[in-house]
Amino acid sequence: MRKSYIKQFVIHFVLIVLGAAMILPFAWMISTSLKGYHEIFRYPPKWIPDSPQWSNYLEVWKLAPFGRFYVNSVFVALVTTVGQVITGVLAAYAFSRMEFWGRDKVFMLFLATLMVPTQVTLIPTYIVMSQMGWIDSYQALIIPFVSTAFSVFLLRQFFLTIPKELEEASIMDGCSKLRFICSVLMPLAKPAIASVSLFGFLGSWNSYLWPLIVINSNQMRTLPIGLRYFVSQQGGGSEWHYLMAASLIVMLPVLIVFFAAQKQFIEGIARSGIKG
Amino acid sequence: MQDINAANETSRRRAAIKRTVVGYSFLTPASTIMILFIFVPVFMAFYLSLFEWDLISPKTFVGLRNYARIFQSTDFFIAVRNTFYFVLVQLPLDFGISLGVALLLNQKIRGLSFYRTVFFTPVITSTVAVSAVWLWLYDPFDGLFNYLLEFIGLGPYGWLNDPKMAMLSVIIMSVWKGLGYNVVLFLAGLQSIDASLYEAASIDGAKPFQQFRYITLPQLSPTMYFVLIMGVINSFKVFTQIDVMTPGGGPLKSTMVIVYLIYQQAFNSFRFGEASALSVLLSAFILVLTLLQRFFLEKRVHYN
Repeated sequence: MRKSYIKQFVIHFVLIVLGAAMILPFAWMISTSLKGYHEIFRYPPKWIPDSPQWSNYLEVWKLAPFGRFYVNSVFVALVTTVGQVITGVLAAYAFSRMEFWGRDKVFMLFLATLMVPTQVTLIPTYIVMSQMGWIDSYQALIIPFVSTAFSVFLLRQFFLTIPKELEEASIMDGCSKLRFICSVLMPLAKPAIASVSLFGFLGSWNSYLWPLIVINSNQMRTLPIGLRYFVSQQGGGSEWHYLMAASLIVMLPVLIVFFAAQKQFIEGIARSGIKG
Repeated sequence: MQDINAANETSRRRAAIKRTVVGYSFLTPASTIMILFIFVPVFMAFYLSLFEWDLISPKTFVGLRNYARIFQSTDFFIAVRNTFYFVLVQLPLDFGISLGVALLLNQKIRGLSFYRTVFFTPVITSTVAVSAVWLWLYDPFDGLFNYLLEFIGLGPYGWLNDPKMAMLSVIIMSVWKGLGYNVVLFLAGLQSIDASLYEAASIDGAKPFQQFRYITLPQLSPTMYFVLIMGVINSFKVFTQIDVMTPGGGPLKSTMVIVYLIYQQAFNSFRFGEASALSVLLSAFILVLTLLQRFFLEKRVHYN
């Protein structure tokens, strides 16, 4: 009995030390974001600011159009996610419950796209965008990503588990294919659709290299790109309190959603990760 | 009789054609995107890599000269070396620590979901935002790290400003950021191992290490394989934290990785042909590596 107590103690000790290392950067970010300019450089540094400068957050909002970055990021991520769900459900339906010529070969081609590293398509896609006059537009941020093989695959696997009899019964009742998809299949496939939406949204929200090259006006920047330029403007100087406030502003929405729905997040990742 | 058969045959064929048309119409939205933004660009990348082009003046065909130029440039070898350094240090660290944490979390401890959340939080936060935070932590003059290390008589270090340490600093941050993802995957893998295997083993008198060696490792091998494959692919593509924390390729180009070189060639030097050639090389390399891993490792993976 004694031995197992010691074991528990050691395990918790190691986990707490490592966990503290995970939290430390966040804590230091919050602390710095509430300090005044002179307090940042005080030696020795203090964790709790003398008087929290909440105004830093307002200042940041004025230094760069973060409101606009927010609108861009939310809009782009939402439309991308909806697109992925719609195109994914349609394709997954065809792959999982229709029989037609060439179906499995086309499915293999879909899967093959998962092997293509994004770097190889980067420059050609940029050139296509520039020839269509779509540089610096929402289309450029959204259209190439409204369908992914990953979401098609995930949805197809789920659809395969739904019994065929259900569809036969609804067709007997005079239900069209599209009606069946919208009012029977999609409600049943909610967990899979939630996973697809989660990955679609996060992927778009955190995407970096593509928006970096395809967007060049400040007004069109998404949050990560806006923050990147803010860092290179401020980083040369020493306005760390503004920089940390801006970082917090950028990470906050996803953090809130994560803490509210962490179970779904982690289970979604564990599930699709292993099977994907 | 023959007429009826023929009529049946036609109507069956009609139905098959109809099914095919309906099937492909369901596939149209998704496949249009895949064709336009994956299949066509892959071929375009090959094609473009044979030209010299700045997007403004007309392109000139140069054959394989872009590839020749790449293999003669020192920047390419610096980038390859840096990328390998990143992958070979980051991957084992990430793999080892996350497996260790997952094994600890799997010991039926209290507060499991709390710890899991703690380790997972960096994974879902924006890479740019945490890069900015680490930029501040690493600051050679007023950063928290140098201050804390002073207590145990170390430093001060130059971190991202020191050509010898810049890449290591990026790696430490990347391990911190990515750890939780693998912890979650490993933990899910560990939890799916049938408990009766351990019971049977301990009845037979197997020591904890033997149980780890002969039950945990083989049962976890599919997860380990997946984590490794994903890890290799993602590490070779590292870009965001490098661009934010060490703009311009870092001190003495010490953090210039391959994707960074592609980005620079295309969008700073406007050499789209050479950048395409580089991206073709990188993609071919990643593909070959994935296939090699499949070939050599998949046999050793234990599937139930």
